[in-house]
Amino acid sequence: MSQRLATGGRLIDRSQPRSFTFNGKTLQGYAGDTLASALLGADQMLVGRSFKYHRPRGVVASGAEEPNALMNMGEGELFEPNQRATTTELFEGLIARSQNHWPSLDYDIGALNQLAAPFFSAGFYYKTFIHPRAAWKHLFEPFIRKSAGLGQAPKGADGDIYEHYYAHVDVLVIGGGIAGLRAAHAAASAGARVLVIEQSATWGGRAPVDDDFASEINALVAELAAMDDVQMRLRLMGAGVYDHGFVTGYERLRDHAPKPGAPRHRLWKIRAQQVVSCTGAIERPLSFAGNDRPGVMLASAMRDYVVNHAVAPGQRTVLVTNNDDGYRTVLCLLDHGLEVPLVIDARRNPEGTLAAKARARGVTIRDGYAAAGVRGTKRVTGIEICPIEGSGGAVDTVECDAVAMSGGWSPVVHFYSHCGGKLLWDEAGAFFYPDAAKPPLNQSGAGFVRCGGAANGALQGAEAAQCGGQAGAEAARALGLTAPVPSGPAPEPQAEAPLMPVWVMPLNADYHRRSHTWLDFQNDVKLSDVQLAAREGYESVEHTKRYTTLGMATDQGKLSNINGLAVLSDALDASIPQVGTTTFRPPYTPISLGSIAGEARGDTFQPLRRTPMHDWHEANGVHWEPVGHWRRPYAYPRSGETVEQAVHREVKNTREALGLLDASTLGKILVTGPDAGKFLDMLYTNMMSSLKPGRCRYGLMCNENGFLMDDGVVARLDENSFLVHTTSGGAEHIHAHMEDWLQCEWWDWQVHTVNLTEEYAQIAVVGPHARKLLEKLGGMDFSAENLPFMGWAEGQIGGFDTRVFRISFSGELSFEVAVPAAQGAAFWDRLVKEGADLGLMPYGTEALHILRAEKGFIMIGDETDGTVIPQDLGLHWAISKKKTDYLGKRAQERPHMTDPARWKLVGLETISGAVLPDGAYATAPGYNANDQRNTQGRVTSTYYSPTLERGIAMGLVLNGPDRMGEVLNFPGTNGQIYRARIVDPVFYDKEGAKQNV
Amino acid sequence: MSNPMTMTNSPLGGQSFKGLAQITEAPLTGMITLRGDLSAGWMADAVKQATGALIPQQRMITSGTGASAAWMSPDELLLLVDYKAAEGITKGLNTATAGQFCTAANVSNARVLIDIKGQGARSVLGKLTPADLRPESLAPMEMRRSRIAQVPAAFWLAGEDHFRLIAFRSVAQYAFDILKSAAHPAAAV
Repeated sequence: MSQRLATGGRLIDRSQPRSFTFNGKTLQGYAGDTLASALLGADQMLVGRSFKYHRPRGVVASGAEEPNALMNMGEGELFEPNQRATTTELFEGLIARSQNHWPSLDYDIGALNQLAAPFFSAGFYYKTFIHPRAAWKHLFEPFIRKSAGLGQAPKGADGDIYEHYYAHVDVLVIGGGIAGLRAAHAAASAGARVLVIEQSATWGGRAPVDDDFASEINALVAELAAMDDVQMRLRLMGAGVYDHGFVTGYERLRDHAPKPGAPRHRLWKIRAQQVVSCTGAIERPLSFAGNDRPGVMLASAMRDYVVNHAVAPGQRTVLVTNNDDGYRTVLCLLDHGLEVPLVIDARRNPEGTLAAKARARGVTIRDGYAAAGVRGTKRVTGIEICPIEGSGGAVDTVECDAVAMSGGWSPVVHFYSHCGGKLLWDEAGAFFYPDAAKPPLNQSGAGFVRCGGAANGALQGAEAAQCGGQAGAEAARALGLTAPVPSGPAPEPQAEAPLMPVWVMPLNADYHRRSHTWLDFQNDVKLSDVQLAAREGYESVEHTKRYTTLGMATDQGKLSNINGLAVLSDALDASIPQVGTTTFRPPYTPISLGSIAGEARGDTFQPLRRTPMHDWHEANGVHWEPVGHWRRPYAYPRSGETVEQAVHREVKNTREALGLLDASTLGKILVTGPDAGKFLDMLYTNMMSSLKPGRCRYGLMCNENGFLMDDGVVARLDENSFLVHTTSGGAEHIHAHMEDWLQCEWWDWQVHTVNLTEEYAQIAVVGPHARKLLEKLGGMDFSAENLPFMGWAEGQIGGFDTRVFRISFSGELSFEVAVPAAQGAAFWDRLVKEGADLGLMPYGTEALHILRAEKGFIMIGDETDGTVIPQDLGLHWAISKKKTDYLGKRAQERPHMTDPARWKLVGLETISGAVLPDGAYATAPGYNANDQRNTQGRVTSTYYSPTLERGIAMGLVLNGPDRMGEVLNFPGTNGQIYRARIVDPVFYDKEGAKQNV
Repeated sequence: MSNPMTMTNSPLGGQSFKGLAQITEAPLTGMITLRGDLSAGWMADAVKQATGALIPQQRMITSGTGASAAWMSPDELLLLVDYKAAEGITKGLNTATAGQFCTAANVSNARVLIDIKGQGARSVLGKLTPADLRPESLAPMEMRRSRIAQVPAAFWLAGEDHFRLIAFRSVAQYAFDILKSAAHPAAAV
């Protein structure tokens, strides 16, 4: 059994007990515990069920590499699945539930999958669910989706908040172990500004467990903390290294002390000139049958729990090792009064110092032996042994309640690899380490990441510390600073005997054992799966990974990668470096989606653009329509009215009395300079340079491929300046389009552009009573003589500073009045008040659309879709014949553009008066090569016209303008065929009498 | 042109929030975009006349008499003046530079100006902008055109622990809201 020791525990505070619940059961630990250590301290060895076979699983590691102890954490809006117990700090009231079992952790139906294990081999899904085809969508996929995944998906929105933080440093040190602290010290001493980050809650890494560095760590931490140019952060994990020295860091602010309202995680976005990765190394499991049983643990994790938390994973522990380091666990357990009945060492005659010490203390060492199997189901009860060369026939069984396994160490090279650094294979230690000659390169082509300490392959404590210091000094030198070789105790020579690479244990394990030997605990990938993949022809490690899912779980194969590719290379009879590793990708461990979103959620998910009258709309029952980031009133439904009814009322009222439209979102770009006219002549299809000051002109803008991209009214302000109105959606990109041409092509033209879109609130006063309302406010002459159609004037209306444009997008008498945005709300209020007795009603964008459609005015984005040219829309009148050039002119002369068979704009009137479905196609006789109906046109805009009391539409139709009166068929998606007659697109007031009064 | 001040509303109605820093909307401020050859003598004269300030060096802000001039791009300045006087100054600039390739436009209403004050000012802004705010990288009165979260912003260090930030008017509430959450009292960096 696992238990809490009576004394000790470097990190726990026994005076501060913490109670928590696990699967509803209340347990107790101490401040300083992780959830994993607290569970082990409470003899909770079984912590979850495995992914595929639902095998009972226990804690196997003590840090970020843990594959098994994943928990459903918290409740309600704070619930989160797949939280790693080994990196979750215990707090009072923590609620954890184990995952992937039903009905309970102890009795799980899914465990029956184990009996079917022979059928769940590599590629199982590909092989099994391929036939019949139709079954995939309706039967297999839903079932697999239901069974897949470890934790439950949260049901509601996340109740926590998150944020970002941008940091800029000279040297970023990732990892606050002894190597990282030495690196930070060396770099800071040379004058660099340093940020050192550590994923756990304490400094020092594993040095305090394995070596005697405690006093040096304390001194370094104190010294660094006192330095002005050093920032030190705990609970901040390096997440990813990217181009240009960009590094992300994941700070867990409140996971250890939840506090509603305060940010839970903070994503650091760090620009570092140099990165020093002192991220240590991760111990590898050994591959023997039953290595996934609860109670089988990494040897290093075992001593972490004993030293850090005073938790003994077992009373009687057997060590299985292929190296000397595992003996540290033996000595540690003995020092803490625990039994080690046996060491199983794959090597013959291990003669290292550590092994000798263990032997001297009376520990039995079976050298040249292997673990042949593990007894026990929900916890270890014993271990079977056999000769290392054997196939697994056990020669002996030893009772024990825990097994420590030590398969050697793998440096954490992730941060060297994320951005392209290359690795080398160390034969003696059987690990990949950074190739110093091929580091990740920065924007100048120079290396910007280096590794220090165990991450660089310097696995021994003193050697690692020294290596860290050197890496820090080198980083400082790379910045052009002078950094002496760091002082510090010289590493004492270590008398460790060489490791014996053992990838299958025993070496000739039979099939039964190989199919019960786990490589990837989290994704349930067995040794036999990888061997099968190799037999089936998978040679690339990347393909094998995807075929078997090895290393594809949330731990990204931290424990399984090297073991898996070693098995693969063995099966392929290739060397390990030949097979290579899979790609290390950020983030180092999963980070919360909330931290990535940061402030971008809820009300600030996206910037909401508000016009100056936004609050009025909101207070007056607006039904919003998103237009880009703007919110525009779609309609203003009154009580008892549907949105549709409101729209119809607004249309009629505008036609019959007086409407008010917030047109502030309209793009307004000031174009000035001696060449402004020439510039606009190039931008628009028609002539703008001939426009007189005081007048307005409608124009079309095409891109260089000839396609219509924007339209609007240009007002000439004076000889050298024009105010260009764009569509609401076009304001920014038309401004950018202008600057693009001015800066890249016509750089010698004297033209300035200034985007004034937000400077003005723009209000359209529309309808037969429009003039009356403005005259009521007074201040200017609004007569047709003084301010004719397509004219503009500046002056004060009712004391407001205005510019009035007599333009109409509705076919009614219309004045668009621009006022400084700060006066917009007051001016609108005033118009609403004074217009009350004239029947004024505000109208929204839908009424605007109907009003323009009744008049046959095109709308960018409806009648145009990026493939339509003005000629298609019958807008020849707006295309200058006189101009030698304009953007799009040449493109519009290409054969495809002049093809008479291009679909052309017409009006469409249903025979029944019904509204045509938007986007519907008109069918033509016959079928095309794909067995689809031939088509001869499509609907571009369609509305119910309250004015005409019938459906009206516009569409593009083959030879449309020549086919007036013909009836086309438009099949709807509802099975109904709509019959519509081709008519003139102007449905209302063809002469334009109403707007021109 | 006389501005009926009673009819004017600042974008945020003077909203304010105190957390890690004090976030306050500044009163309406006159802002004029001035484009043209910044090295020309006539430009220096016009700017001097309008603000009393010298042409600023690249990215810097110069102060004049109750007004200042900020460098925005190689051919663009932003003049910060009294709100009520902005329209008149704009007209004066266009008159003074007549015949030159030069444009002055009043943009006072297109912007919001927000003050971020207090010891936490730098870290509050640092949560939202990728710009390097370290003292050695951002001098006092240096105009930084960057972004805060998803919107463009320009800001400068106007005094000890005091940033001034300009954003577009339509996103004033968004800018204020994200600054407010960044200044949450329990969110110190």
